Amino acid sequence: MPRISELHLGDEIPTRIYVPTNVSLFLYNAAIWNPHRIHYDERYTTEVEGHPGVVVDGPLQGDWLTQAVLEWLGEDGQLVEFEYSNRRAAYLGARLTSIGRISAIDLQANTVSLEIAIVDEEGTVLTPGTALVRFTR
Amino acid sequence: MSTDSLITPETRAWIGRSETLAPIEVSRRDIMKYAVATEQRIEKYLRGDEAPPMFLYGLLFPIVPLDKLGPDGLARRSLQPELPLKRVMAGGTKTVYHRPIKPGDVLMTTLRLSDIYTKAGATGPLIFVVYALHVETSRGEPVMDEIQTRIVR
Repeated sequence: MPRISELHLGDEIPTRIYVPTNVSLFLYNAAIWNPHRIHYDERYTTEVEGHPGVVVDGPLQGDWLTQAVLEWLGEDGQLVEFEYSNRRAAYLGARLTSIGRISAIDLQANTVSLEIAIVDEEGTVLTPGTALVRFTR
Repeated sequence: MSTDSLITPETRAWIGRSETLAPIEVSRRDIMKYAVATEQRIEKYLRGDEAPPMFLYGLLFPIVPLDKLGPDGLARRSLQPELPLKRVMAGGTKTVYHRPIKPGDVLMTTLRLSDIYTKAGATGPLIFVVYALHVETSRGEPVMDEIQTRIVR
């Protein structure tokens, strides 16, 4: 539950580890009604689309980035803008971490910008993003 | 070789076309499913009192009979021109949020195909198809504006 006056540029937000499974990917793709076979059909994914394994959805990683921001922010503000892009694919079995840090603070507008990313175990950025939050107290 | 030739004049003519999607009645149960599947930990999402920010990501997946699904599992979408490349990836989104989504909301979506362009990727040419979505409640309150990019390779 941060207060904007106590924040500094470069402050890091808490990290969180995600290890998606066949079950979590199945439920996610069912929830968004995504029938793309690369998220559940290993044989198709490797033999036809040439991936090394079942692909972890990019927008699922995007969602995790919003969670990184919202779990840090708590009830003290709102997510106003959010952007992410899928730079590299992640595959089933990966251990992924959400990270983020403060990149701008605007005390007049009561807003804070963050740079966020999903990284793999080597620290390679797979899914970078940015968020703008507005503090309400 | 330039990748521009991947986009025919017929394809280019799709840029700027828009469509209104069927209204969505938001249910608590659908929010709860999404919240669990995405491993949310914030109570208001798990209880379905409010939808997580990316809850509407599935909006552009059409709900059509199984015999309309292609060999990759995907169905043809609204505003999807025929392209010479076939493998689709999510590229990313950029969203401005105006108002949280709650159970019982009825949401109206306007979709516009805002751009199609190509780039030379490391493993071959890529086509970017860009959609702009505007979502508002049935009472006309803005909910979100989003740019979604699909990459076809």
